[in-house]
Amino acid sequence: MDPETPEHLLKTKRGEPVTMLEAISEALFEEMIRDESVFLMGEDIGVYGGAFKVTRDFLSFFGENRVIDTPIAEGGFTGAAAGAAHMGLRPVVEIQFMDFISPAYDVITNYIATSNYRGAGPQPLVIRGPVGGGNRGGPFHSQNVEMAFFHTPGLKIVYPSTARDAKGLLKASIRDDNPVIFEEHKGLYRAPSLREVLPDEDYVVPIGEARIVREGTDITIVTYGAMVHKSVEAAQTMENEDGVSVEIVDLRTLLPLDEDAIVESVKKTNKLLVVHEDTRTGGIAGEIAIRVSEKAFEWLDGPILRVTAIDAPVPYSGPLEDYFLPQTEDVLKAARYLAAY
Amino acid sequence: MSELTLGLERAGLQDLYRSLCLTRAAEERLELLQKQGHVTGGLYRSLGQEAGAVGAAYALRRRTDGTGDMLCHTIRAAGALFLFGGELIDYFRQYMAKGTSPTRGREANVHWFDFQKGFVGPVSPLGTMIEIMAGMTLSFRVRGEDRIGIVFYGDGASSTGAWHEGLNFAAVQRCPMILIVENNQWAFSTPTSKNTRVSSFTEKGPGYGIDAEAVDGTDVLAVFDAVRRAALQVRSGGGTHMIELNYFRRKGHAQHDPQDYVDPAVIRAWEKKDPLDLYRSKLLHNEWASEDELVAIEEETFEECRVAAEAAIAEPYPEGTEAVTGVYTDVPTPHPWTRSSSPDPTLA
Repeated sequence: MDPETPEHLLKTKRGEPVTMLEAISEALFEEMIRDESVFLMGEDIGVYGGAFKVTRDFLSFFGENRVIDTPIAEGGFTGAAAGAAHMGLRPVVEIQFMDFISPAYDVITNYIATSNYRGAGPQPLVIRGPVGGGNRGGPFHSQNVEMAFFHTPGLKIVYPSTARDAKGLLKASIRDDNPVIFEEHKGLYRAPSLREVLPDEDYVVPIGEARIVREGTDITIVTYGAMVHKSVEAAQTMENEDGVSVEIVDLRTLLPLDEDAIVESVKKTNKLLVVHEDTRTGGIAGEIAIRVSEKAFEWLDGPILRVTAIDAPVPYSGPLEDYFLPQTEDVLKAARYLAAY
Repeated sequence: MSELTLGLERAGLQDLYRSLCLTRAAEERLELLQKQGHVTGGLYRSLGQEAGAVGAAYALRRRTDGTGDMLCHTIRAAGALFLFGGELIDYFRQYMAKGTSPTRGREANVHWFDFQKGFVGPVSPLGTMIEIMAGMTLSFRVRGEDRIGIVFYGDGASSTGAWHEGLNFAAVQRCPMILIVENNQWAFSTPTSKNTRVSSFTEKGPGYGIDAEAVDGTDVLAVFDAVRRAALQVRSGGGTHMIELNYFRRKGHAQHDPQDYVDPAVIRAWEKKDPLDLYRSKLLHNEWASEDELVAIEEETFEECRVAAEAAIAEPYPEGTEAVTGVYTDVPTPHPWTRSSSPDPTLA
């Protein structure tokens, strides 16, 4: 007899709101039901249900051939996922904290990302896990890893900011024939403000398409992940206190970058601020600035600015981490400077 | 046929010799092509190691419909690649970087793939391939398929983290896979003694809870026998297995390497253990083949290589603009717009 679907995975079916974490669990669960070639590998994802409980009860439902607890060896099991993907399976690998993806850097960049180009065929696999600071996690449980992979052709990088996008983008990632790095901000996992009722039907959010979170006419803020919400706060304040209209573009996918959405918004507002939680030097703001320079230089009425984390490891202590991370006030300050320019 | 033949008939015994001769003839042809300027990249000989690849691959289930065993060869295991159906002309196309090569000029030498025939080319960091094969064979186990995998790598790759992580994963998951360590005693200029403290790589097997066996890699029948026995065990659910091939790299790491860090007397001593010579004598001694039959095999394989290489020489290189295709299955890669010859229409 088939086991019953665990209660906590039926919230959307019951019309109840879900957190971003629950949306991710639902996406995994529904994809595993839809396609039996989808399977999971990672540390403590089985019996324990994952460090953040994303895969709670998956082992008892799907069995140990589809929910595989691995040795602590990110390179080993990510490489094994690549081998399984060659043989027609669609692995979803969980990196317990994305800070630990570095041992898999070799196989991801040298093997997985080059596979299709080398003629070894597509690599339909997803490498997902929690990222981001603000949780007093210290240097090894707080990093954003997108820019370590942004420079590698052949990879896609997805970084959702809402429950709806997380579910739709994860489904799209699992169905994509290319390798996807899927970043989940742990500060958004259970944020009550992000709880929402999701569509009951099967839906995907296409990879590579940014979303206009908020329309505006005076300044464009291009951002992603947790910074979307801080940017929205700043924009609201700007509107209320300064009468400045801020447009916010949530990238959602970092690679491939939705250049058209960025350029279109800049052509409308003529001013660009990039906000990212990742550190400053070599952050995505640099790439966005050069693309705007190539495609919309004549439309700019001010310098392209950025608000980012400082160039340092992520510190543990509260005052240090708060200073390290970009805050709403930082966004506000930069946006006001740009508005007055 | 006696017990010595391990169940192989006369044709099979001669097949092995044919594969040995083909490997050597192909590499000798490559040396010529390199001197003529047709091989632009590195050239890595397997002189003295041919029997390891041939004996091992001959013991596996080779099919062309994607249901056979999976091989991951190395640059010094071309004989295995040929036995799994890798075409000689593709081998030359790869080395010559032709647009007609299986990787359309993107990758070099034996780094190519055919999952229907059952081989996956390596990437240069070879330890990675242990991880890849672990995942391939994991898929066989979870689907209940009657297939196994075999992965070749050198003594040097045994030092990598990927090797350890891949092997440990495979052992824990009881992946049906055979690891073949080609212990040719040198990793480029680094001797095995500087890669490991153990005297035999078989000592590493028990550390991972798997069986390991060492075999004389110059003896094609001994290798065939060892891999055949291991394959039986692995195919029947015995988990992961390791075999060490012992032989010697009689050439430099690649053609550009004069190998002056090796005592010439040692190289001369290993010349007496040439796998082709040894097996040829055995075939004649046991009357498994006549002198005429062997000469015919030698002439045929030489001629096959000559014809395939000549054909490949005549074929075109890829167009430079081909470099932008296939990075993704679906997302196009823009041409570099600063180049005036770019066909990118957005440059206008």
